[in-house]
Amino acid sequence: MNSVVRYFTDIYKGVTSLWTGMKVTGKYFISPGEIVTEQYPENRATLKMEDRFKGEVIMPHDENNQHKCTGCGICEVNCPNGSIEIITKKVPNEQGKMVRAIDKHIYHLSMCTFCELCIKTCPFDAITWGQDFEHAVFDRTRLTRVLNRPGSSLKKKEVKS
Amino acid sequence: MNEEAVKKVILKEDEDYIINMGPQHPSTHGVLRLEVCLNGETVKHMTPHIGYIHRGMEKMAEFNTYKQLIHLTDRMDYLSAHINNEAVCLAVENALEVEVPERVQYIRAILDELSRVASHHLWWSAFGMDLGALTTFFYGMRDREKVLAIFEESFGSRLLHSFNTPGGLMHDVHPNFRKHTREFVKYFRKKLPDYKNLLTDNIIFHNRTKGIGVMDKEMAINYGITGPSGRGSGFSCDVRKVAPYGVYDKVVFREILYPEGDSFARYKVRVDEMQESLNILEQLVDDMPEEGGYTAKMKPVIKLPEGEYFQRVEAARGEFGVFIVSKGEKYPYRIKFRSPSFSNLFVLGPLAKGGIIADLVAICGSLDLVIPDIDR
Ligand code: SF4
Ligand code: SF4
Repeated sequence: MNSVVRYFTDIYKGVTSLWTGMKVTGKYFISPGEIVTEQYPENRATLKMEDRFKGEVIMPHDENNQHKCTGCGICEVNCPNGSIEIITKKVPNEQGKMVRAIDKHIYHLSMCTFCELCIKTCPFDAITWGQDFEHAVFDRTRLTRVLNRPGSSLKKKEVKS
Repeated sequence: MNEEAVKKVILKEDEDYIINMGPQHPSTHGVLRLEVCLNGETVKHMTPHIGYIHRGMEKMAEFNTYKQLIHLTDRMDYLSAHINNEAVCLAVENALEVEVPERVQYIRAILDELSRVASHHLWWSAFGMDLGALTTFFYGMRDREKVLAIFEESFGSRLLHSFNTPGGLMHDVHPNFRKHTREFVKYFRKKLPDYKNLLTDNIIFHNRTKGIGVMDKEMAINYGITGPSGRGSGFSCDVRKVAPYGVYDKVVFREILYPEGDSFARYKVRVDEMQESLNILEQLVDDMPEEGGYTAKMKPVIKLPEGEYFQRVEAARGEFGVFIVSKGEKYPYRIKFRSPSFSNLFVLGPLAKGGIIADLVAICGSLDLVIPDIDR
């Protein structure tokens, strides 16, 4: 007798618990409320990443093709993965003395772990995060970038009044 | 060795049927190989093989300064990256005896709890999926996305945010951080009944997990099982309670304990813990000071005084410990990580023994293993 009762209560319990679960999915099927899926890549034009998004390390240049990097090499020393290589050159300054300047700021995106130490430690705020995240390429060498643009130069320090 | 002892050591016999689960098996959630010795469908014996993604992190850390090695700990248990960071930071801060601003301690604790909730979301989704309930995966991921959006707004990355640094945080949290955290707590409280209706009360799920993989308290202690898996066996091992760090001694919360020790008890611990984390979050978000900066003053080059330092924290999967030996240089002389998944993995063999192979999947899921945390 007992086993018969148990048999039917089990069936009843099973059906009700399944029904409860189905109600949840059914509810979202009929009234999803907020639709959370994004139609990427169709929404590329409107897709905006957060301001702080860590896409890649970039060096901002102003309209005169000038940047703030002095070639001090502090970022290179602080990078835990060796993702940054600094190649410097000597250029004459206004007084005609030869001073150090950046020749190539090489950044290996493929080795970067986005730890932010280079950006944090740069004393001149020369580098920052870029928001681009579509980094898929067919050839690994294309992930090695020179951050300072060709022909760019060091921005003069603004004289504080 | 006499013949008896030899027989004990050689667990395989010639006629045994051996299959490899993994390294690319969907239910192991990573590159883990389980060598299962079967008799029909019954598991006679199971040996885990690890090391497929061993990266030598402890050795690597010896060539990194204390600031640089933070980003390595992210990549161990990537689902509680923030908590792992915090362990190293706390160890360094305690060694140097620096006073971290109270605000930083609050933010760290909030992020800890958010990470824990996000990690349990992913586990809940994947555990349901392992047992054939595909819907849970979508609902869990939907809610996890909300937490990740908070992370992304403040630190710019969703999973591996090396946001802690010895002495405080990398930069200040986003101005909307407090508001969005409050919104998330409110949102997720409304969604918790779905979790109950969908999986916790489901009869099929009960039959798959109740009484499966029973681990008693003694066994949990002997194997060093910590975290929700240990608490599912009634082993009180919450580091936030037994050795409070940060602001955890200021908040009121309950340590979730279930004495049954089966897969369902471990499940219940985690689901209840999500609720408990929401309670902690509510208290912390209200009490978090607005002023106080985001970092203590630290020297640019950190050198720990000679000696040995240990710090443990409660990660999403259990107790995460960092042991640092310093010779007074800017690099650690030796660093050892005690990761929770490593200990939790090795109880899988004894638990699965005698059960059927489908139960092995259920037990593996209920232990919530993260493979990079095992291999390091
Ligand atoms: S980016 Fe900054 S730290 Fe790196 S070389 Fe240029 S100025 Fe120095
Ligand atoms: S973010 Fe970190 S890993 Fe990447 S280049 Fe900067 S210092 Fe190196």
